[in-house]
Amino acid sequence: MANGFVRKEMLAQMPAPAGTKGPLHWLKTNLFSTPLNSAATLVALYALYCIVPPFIDFALISAVWSGESREACATIKQGGIKPDGWFGACWPYVGANLKLFIYGRYPVDELWRVNIVYIMFAISALGLLIPTLPFKRQNVFFMFGIFPVVAFILLTGGHLELNGFLIAVFFMEPSYSAFWIDFAVTTLFFAAIAYLLAKGTDSDPIPNLRAVFGVAIILVAVLLAVSAPLGLEHVETEVWGGLLVTLVIAVTGIVASLPIGILLALGRRSNMPIVKLICVIFIEFWRGVPLITVLFMSSVMLPLFLPEGVDFDKLLRALIGVALFSSAYMAEVIRGGIQALPKGQYEGAMALGLNYRQMMQMVILPQALKLVIPGIVNTFIGLFKDTTLVLIIGLFDFLGQIQSSYSDPTWASPVQSMTGYLFAALVYWFFCFSMARYSMYMERRLDTGHRS
Amino acid sequence: MTVDTDGVNAVDQMEKGPQKTAFFNNPKIRSSVIQVLLIGILIYGVWSLISNTAANLSAQSKSFGFGFLDNASGFDVSQSLIEYSRASSFWTVYQVGLLNTLLVAITGIILATLVGFSIGIARLSSNWIVSRAAYWYVEALRNIPLLLWIFIFYFGVLRLLPSKREPLGTSLDGALGYLSIGGWIAPKPVAGDMLWLTGLAVLFGIVASFIVSSWAKKRQMRTGQQFPTLYVILGLIIGLPAALFIVTGLPLSFEYPEIGRFGARGGMPVLPEFIALLTALSIYTSAFIAEIVRAGILAINKGQTEASHALGLRPGPTLNLVIIPQALRVIIPPLTNQFLNLTKNSSLAVAIAYPELVSIFAGTALNQSGREVEIIMITMATYLTLSLLTSTFMNWYNNRMALIER
Repeated sequence: MANGFVRKEMLAQMPAPAGTKGPLHWLKTNLFSTPLNSAATLVALYALYCIVPPFIDFALISAVWSGESREACATIKQGGIKPDGWFGACWPYVGANLKLFIYGRYPVDELWRVNIVYIMFAISALGLLIPTLPFKRQNVFFMFGIFPVVAFILLTGGHLELNGFLIAVFFMEPSYSAFWIDFAVTTLFFAAIAYLLAKGTDSDPIPNLRAVFGVAIILVAVLLAVSAPLGLEHVETEVWGGLLVTLVIAVTGIVASLPIGILLALGRRSNMPIVKLICVIFIEFWRGVPLITVLFMSSVMLPLFLPEGVDFDKLLRALIGVALFSSAYMAEVIRGGIQALPKGQYEGAMALGLNYRQMMQMVILPQALKLVIPGIVNTFIGLFKDTTLVLIIGLFDFLGQIQSSYSDPTWASPVQSMTGYLFAALVYWFFCFSMARYSMYMERRLDTGHRS
Repeated sequence: MTVDTDGVNAVDQMEKGPQKTAFFNNPKIRSSVIQVLLIGILIYGVWSLISNTAANLSAQSKSFGFGFLDNASGFDVSQSLIEYSRASSFWTVYQVGLLNTLLVAITGIILATLVGFSIGIARLSSNWIVSRAAYWYVEALRNIPLLLWIFIFYFGVLRLLPSKREPLGTSLDGALGYLSIGGWIAPKPVAGDMLWLTGLAVLFGIVASFIVSSWAKKRQMRTGQQFPTLYVILGLIIGLPAALFIVTGLPLSFEYPEIGRFGARGGMPVLPEFIALLTALSIYTSAFIAEIVRAGILAINKGQTEASHALGLRPGPTLNLVIIPQALRVIIPPLTNQFLNLTKNSSLAVAIAYPELVSIFAGTALNQSGREVEIIMITMATYLTLSLLTSTFMNWYNNRMALIER
């Protein structure tokens, strides 16, 4: 081995063989590797050619970007200034109606109230959704406790007429003072039950009483807030519209459906046969019928269900229908999370001597809810898309408001409806796509690989 | 209670023997109390709903009952698969609506499945442009509300079509019918004398295929010999009827529409509402189906392919015997869910007045008869029945297909 050859210096690097790198090679391996693949590429390219250029032409190249009225967006034959055969989007129409699409016919002087609600919601939602931001607990409290009340007061103007709590209807003339007397009597009644229950079971009555009075104090705060004369002008829900109604319905649906959904999911997993049966029937009923029949029911039948003299406005009826409907779906999502937890979690909690409420509150639900965040976001996306259905029962949500703007003759032209739908599609797509991406991101983040 | 008293109690208890639990802490008693209370509240709620409804109905001097279903409806319906006229009863309206719902749902399911499977497989293609295009197809479609799609097709795309007087399809002389803003005037198939023989052959082919495939499977289990089931089935279902069709002298002709002064006449008119609804429903659902198919195929571990290759199976049998049966187990449950969604979503037709169940029964018939409670109840019960039937089938299928472990 003494006279073996050992190279002293490194060989100069050679370029890769021709045809194994560069754009041509990429084309060959990715697009034209087999005859079938080449055919598929050509078909896909042709499909793209049929869809993308006309779309870009309509939305950007041929589109009109400024103008005052319909003449800007109509061909000469139709009484406008564009050459015959012109076909493009009419963006100034969207610009002129943007306020209508975002706020509906909400009074112009009061728009700041809606803006505050939008901003509060955006900040709180971002705080909840971005995992690294602090104050999650406070934020949840704000989003599900304070925000709904504040938003309600700001949007409607508050100053509700309260004239009867739970039992007043039986023995008092309805009035504001009667309401508070009734409230006090009801609270004392429940406190007495709680006290007697504790006495009857030889346990300490203080926690029970504390719970009853805690709920009562929160209720007093909320009721005082919504009934206080704050000097805000009352705004009927009939003039709400556009994105405002869409968001109100979607957010109310999700905020209301979470607690109801948790209860239903727990009920469905319960050992008590009757509780389980009732929850199963409730969930399967709402999941089995289309939302539009639910909305028909809430708009046509709900007034019949209520005692005479009680009347809801149209938006509230739709909200009730949507909340019931979405809580059934939410229950199934949450049940998925609860079922995904290994049995050891239950056994561990029970071995520690936790009772049912403690076990659910401290062990099961925190894990299960975290697990189903993507599912909850997906439910919200579905709900957000489904809010469009309320236009069928005569509410003006975002899509409904756009559709109703077609009757305005200022911008009437053949491209008006296409432009409106394109704008609606872009807005819905932006909202839903970003939420879907968020849900995928959470899924990756939560997937610790520990699940069996 | 603090830890100290707990300790004392425990010591006390050890001296006194087992403590009697307070009756309220007995889980059995507690759960029966809760359930009895719940039933009580429920009964009270239902009772007050019913009594309120009865009071409100009688205040409007209405009664409750299904007798009105025999009354004449007094309105026209633009599309009906069965005999219908103004004099027909509300019950006939219900049947017309249900049949139209089923028509759009079944055609929609077939189209959505075909498109969805193709897009789902395209999404997994190694061809960059095909998989990207499929990705954007899915993302564009499923993130825009279905109702908006229906509007886009009905008020947008269909409005771009030429007028009834100058429809598309004149260059083919109406061989494919005429397409205009008023819908599609399709060639009308006219059955000849012997067509029933072909139909019978199709039925026979389907039944025979089932028998052949189960026999082939049993034989393979017993002896290991394979049987060209696919070709035999294709021959039975397509070849036999086709041969019979030709032998009996092509007993199917088409009545082609003709262009008149006011548009096409004759033929089989297909409503523009139907076209818009069907397109929107099937492409919207196809995006969801594509994702299900993709997830189902991806869910099969790569080791399955490798293991079956290691066992000596060629790619064809690997796909048939290993991959597809496992992927189907993942795909079918959410797929049925999508079929159900499509059926329920067909109720959105009410927005463009395609005459399906919600539109003509819960819409027009409700306004004509003023029977809100009865009609909404019937409508909801119909959809509920459809979805319960589906979920019963699903449970049966899941039980049959479930992996039996250990």
